[in-house]
Amino acid sequence: MKTDIVLAGVGGQGILSIAATIGMAALHSNLQLKQSEVHGMSQRGGAVQSHMRVSNKEIASDLIPMGAADIILSVEPMESLRYLPFLSNDGWLVTNSTPFINIGNYPNIDDVIAEIKKFKNHIIIDADKIVGEFGSKRSSNIVMLGAASPFFNIPFESFEEGIRKIFGRKGDDVVETNLKALRAGREFTEKNRS
Amino acid sequence: MQKLLLLGDEAIAQGALDAGMSGIYAYPGTPSTEITEYVQASKFAKENNIHSMWSANEKTAMESALGMSYAGKRAMVCMKHVGLNVAADAFINASITGANGGLIVVAADDPSMHSSQNEQDSRFYAKFAMIPILEPVNQQEAYEMAYYGFELSEKFKLPVMIRITTRLAHSRAGVKPLPLRKQNEITLPSDLRQFVLLPAIARRNYKGLLNSQAGLEQESEKSKFNTYFDGKDKSLGIITTGIAYNYLMENFQDKPLDFPVLKICQYPIPRTQVMKMVKECKKILVIEEGYPIVEEMLKGYQESGTPVVGRLDGTLPRDGELNPNIVALALGFDTKTDDRIPEIVKNRPPSMCTGCGHIDAYVALGQALSEYSEGRVFSDIGCYTLGALPPYNAINSCVDMGASITMAKGAADAGLIPAVAVIGDSTFTHSGMTGLIDCVTEKSPVTIIISDNFTTGMTGGQDSKALGKIEDICIGIGVHPDHIKVFKPTKKNMDEMVQVIKEELAYNGVSVIIPRRQCIQTMKNKILVDKVKELGL
Ligand SMILES: Cc1ncc(C[n+]2csc(CCOP(=O)(O)OP(=O)(O)O)c2C)c(N)n1
Repeated sequence: MKTDIVLAGVGGQGILSIAATIGMAALHSNLQLKQSEVHGMSQRGGAVQSHMRVSNKEIASDLIPMGAADIILSVEPMESLRYLPFLSNDGWLVTNSTPFINIGNYPNIDDVIAEIKKFKNHIIIDADKIVGEFGSKRSSNIVMLGAASPFFNIPFESFEEGIRKIFGRKGDDVVETNLKALRAGREFTEKNRS
Repeated sequence: MQKLLLLGDEAIAQGALDAGMSGIYAYPGTPSTEITEYVQASKFAKENNIHSMWSANEKTAMESALGMSYAGKRAMVCMKHVGLNVAADAFINASITGANGGLIVVAADDPSMHSSQNEQDSRFYAKFAMIPILEPVNQQEAYEMAYYGFELSEKFKLPVMIRITTRLAHSRAGVKPLPLRKQNEITLPSDLRQFVLLPAIARRNYKGLLNSQAGLEQESEKSKFNTYFDGKDKSLGIITTGIAYNYLMENFQDKPLDFPVLKICQYPIPRTQVMKMVKECKKILVIEEGYPIVEEMLKGYQESGTPVVGRLDGTLPRDGELNPNIVALALGFDTKTDDRIPEIVKNRPPSMCTGCGHIDAYVALGQALSEYSEGRVFSDIGCYTLGALPPYNAINSCVDMGASITMAKGAADAGLIPAVAVIGDSTFTHSGMTGLIDCVTEKSPVTIIISDNFTTGMTGGQDSKALGKIEDICIGIGVHPDHIKVFKPTKKNMDEMVQVIKEELAYNGVSVIIPRRQCIQTMKNKILVDKVKELGL
């Protein structure tokens, strides 16, 4: 039982906080983990990705083979498409719908969404709006993780435990907000998956 | 003991701490930076007085580590691959002096040039210096190699290289730690002339180095990091080095692997194991992350013998990082090769942050230079290198750290006057200062812009040695104080900035212009903000 995830976004959007939470969740479920991150130059507003592999068996490569990812989890819509060659045919593409525009030739957002919808299994979620319903904008990444959580071979309780471990130092309020964000994301997917 | 979830870089740091290291020395550089940062953040390191401050550059780091080794304590020095070029003089000669306390040199290579100017393979340097290399396959080995590396170094009294590449440096996995070892006490070398490389002593030491090669090879033969997995299908034998082994195994997750495989992670190359494979197999495939070093050694110039394939004959690509699909192709497996992405996806290269002071400096420079012909701005390495990209198109060179000032000088010598250098504060103290002496000595007509943001920005905001010292350094080197100009790069100050730059461009001698404003990424760094206030910058 393995789950291969490509995390995508733009440098500075904090995809590593999602990765850290998945890591904790995997540890809590006694699973093996390899997580390849992008540090360095691209973090200056460039496209960034992280390959995350979780399995109950030993994991060989730090990189996911092309065509083998179970999930693309992107916090930015155009970035979700950049890693399509990695997604397996029956994988899930889960993306935030709010564009991050720091280049002059950013395409029309409706066209981007239309392109995403061409892929059979997709979840497009306005994480910033969902987060707006109960406060902290910073939790939108955790909404995204919640939205992707049904496609992991990891029990939901482990994600909740991951949140408690990662945010515990910042106090109960922060933990509660992020747990809410996680659940809101999951609910959205359960309602909208076809 | 509980498993720790660590980056390859962090695993090396933790391994070194547990092995009784007394000091780590480094200048930041992707993908090596997190090794030193891990030690800097470690409570254990603080409590045990383990040195971890940044050095001015890789050469000073290498020499300080050698000094700590001379005093009998265990030291580690870390750098990115091109940093080893800077440290090369000290590095090569350290194999002639030998080590006293355990000495590990970590070189982090960057195949595919994710954040670098080239993809040179540091294993060549270790081979050149004739010292052992440890090249971990995963985070656990990275940890164990730091631990074992000190032992190996102390056993042979030689520096040891740990070579990693970006993928392992920045990938996280569980690591099981080993029991803690105590730091060494100060013990000087038994021969107090061991480190005096006068020819007579150097010749003796060099013979010693040559004589130790057989022992090092012996060590590789029995190393637990090198493994020969025999297989019944001798039509092919596969040699992997470092993390290439993982990409091989990724391709055999759901099928049996019947070819003999030699996993090499410790060098010199274990000759008997290699020869066994060469003798028994019809063909050898060598899979290496980096340059085809082992492949070239096996192949040599003779066309006879067992055929060897790999990066040299196109079985694998000659350049770039490996991945599971590339290795699948080399094995003749069916694999996905179509990496096209929808046309709608546009490139998103890294860029200077909105509000960055470098941008205002470039805008002013562009305006001041508008009356001259193009192509006279020599830049350097840092966030400001991104000024090469549109819409700025502001620079004409980026070669190696410090090269801005000296290339501007050479161009001015050739008659390209005025010539402009653009360099960051940290790069200036890394290796810009020495070039400035050349300029001052010859009164070269160069305008040097030291874009001071109080930090080593590109690598994540590490301390800058230049903080609060730039004017004094320049005056000390001999720049006339009338031609050292400081301003705050903002849109509001644009006219004044353009005017100042114009005046200095027209001056027939060395000028230093310092646009000075804190890197916006460091605004949350309270220690730095307070320090800047205290210095009145
Ligand atoms: C020899 C060498 N060492 C380290 C690096 C990595 N490196 C690239 S840019 C940089 C920081 C430069 O800092 P600074 O000059 O202050 O410019 P900033 O990024 O802050 O604008 C470093 C350490 C390198 N490219 N070459």
